[in-house]
Amino acid sequence: MKIVVPVKLVPDLVEELTIDPSGTALDTSWLRLIINEFDDHAIEQAILLKERSSGHVTIITLDAEEVDDMLFAAAAKGADKLIKLVGNFESVINNHALARALVPLVQDLQPDLILTGVQSHNDLDGSLGALLAEYLHMPYVGYVSGVSAEPGRAIAHKEYPGGLTAKIGINLPAVLGIQAAEQPPRYVAISKVRQMMKTAQIDEHEVSSVDSSGGARITRMYQPEVAERATMITGDANETSDKLIVIFQELGVL
Amino acid sequence: MNQDIYIVIEHLRGQVADISYVMLAAARDLAHNTSGKVVAILLGHNSDHLAKNLAADEVLYANHLALTDFTSFSYQLVLSDLISKHLPRAVLLGHTSIGTDVANSLSVHLQIPLVSSVRNFTSNGKFVSQICGGKLMAEGDLPAPSVIATLVPGGYKPEHGQSTQPPRITPVDLPAMEELRVSLINYVEPEAGDVDISKEALLIAVGRGIQNQDNIILAEELSQALGGVVCASRPVVDQGWLPISRLVGKSGKAVKPKIYLAIGISGAPEHAEAIIGSDVIIAINTDPAAPIFNIAKYGTTADLFDLVPLLTEKVQQIKNS
Repeated sequence: MKIVVPVKLVPDLVEELTIDPSGTALDTSWLRLIINEFDDHAIEQAILLKERSSGHVTIITLDAEEVDDMLFAAAAKGADKLIKLVGNFESVINNHALARALVPLVQDLQPDLILTGVQSHNDLDGSLGALLAEYLHMPYVGYVSGVSAEPGRAIAHKEYPGGLTAKIGINLPAVLGIQAAEQPPRYVAISKVRQMMKTAQIDEHEVSSVDSSGGARITRMYQPEVAERATMITGDANETSDKLIVIFQELGVL
Repeated sequence: MNQDIYIVIEHLRGQVADISYVMLAAARDLAHNTSGKVVAILLGHNSDHLAKNLAADEVLYANHLALTDFTSFSYQLVLSDLISKHLPRAVLLGHTSIGTDVANSLSVHLQIPLVSSVRNFTSNGKFVSQICGGKLMAEGDLPAPSVIATLVPGGYKPEHGQSTQPPRITPVDLPAMEELRVSLINYVEPEAGDVDISKEALLIAVGRGIQNQDNIILAEELSQALGGVVCASRPVVDQGWLPISRLVGKSGKAVKPKIYLAIGISGAPEHAEAIIGSDVIIAINTDPAAPIFNIAKYGTTADLFDLVPLLTEKVQQIKNS
């Protein structure tokens, strides 16, 4: 089974997010990028399927400063082929444009299954996997947290609200948007990643032009205005715990 | 081309989802700007009774056995046929496991721009999307002449999308429903679990900030001292540190306890929407910009590893005295 996993890097939300002087975009100058956590789960799910049925896993991502480390880590986990899209595109490329850029490359790879994160937190024009599916004329199922596959067909466990899931049959080739892998993304030792840096190869695929149609132009980006923020309890841990005890007593818990 | 606002009604196993009413309320807001009608699209099989309280000027009803349950492929077939014939000003779908499965393919197939995670529309018709885990809002002009938007809850009250006057229902012609490449095999009921967190009065919730499985015990000890139940946000459950029956959020349970103590939880929209019904939310998070403080009544940026054991000790002392 040939599996392709398109992966995106996204801003690390642990860092402070600031708006650039234009007021319409994130200031990316000091922004730390990390792998989209849903894509991390998609990689894990792909490796799990490979381990079950001797498949071949290709990871594709956009060129960025931190991206090689992420690709080598995926190789250390068991990915067989690493590709990055390079070109003179802007640092922010929307999902429609990225999906279109991936189409010829993915068509050449002829995968049975494309797994990608169901969403990323900075999506503004839909999600990559679902868009890619339609450009490739493949069926799509998202919010998937378990996959089994056989030639020509996969069964995806799709999540609904309230803990309900559904077993969905889907004809292959297909695209699945992964919410969670069947097990947490595996840990790989740094030594193994370093070894991959010496032995694994990253293929570069040139993207000549980017077509961003299909999204919307942002005219203002800002931090949410809040009608009423929490009353903040200040002081050290001891003082804070005393104040919380008083709140618990007022609320009738103690 | 028309100026109407279309809403794809979401329903699951005979229940209209709250997001459908939120979208109807949003559509009314938007239709006010475009001077168009609010038109609901209902796909189902013998499900026209689901239309009775929709606050829409008209319901376009697609009735077919293959639409008994949601599948992305059958919905896409019907919706692309319908939307291409009518070309409304905007089509709204839920930013949910149903809506996003079809919104993207419709955007590509019909070449209509897509905006996602829309929380509300401004009085001058701009969209406002909530991104980066609720830390940022992005505003822009709605692409013209048509746009598809996926909506998150929070911007409109569901009751504003309900009406006591049943709307006019118009059956629609359907395209050939053949060669369906996606099919529902069966639903899998959620595991019952040892407790039903949606019925608990005091919840101690842990998030990514708890760092590892060994630290879950800090929340369990506090919970035991206070007489509550431990639950969690998505990353904790995905790591396997707590069972899925304890998951609060979009794919888990919505809760409404008297007290929701959020420990190391950022308050991303998927989590926030499920706890908004709580009487009092108290949040412990070292990040002062965490969105959880926007919905909490009380908050502290104290380090949970200093605060929680101390709090447990003091609660135990009071209970024992």
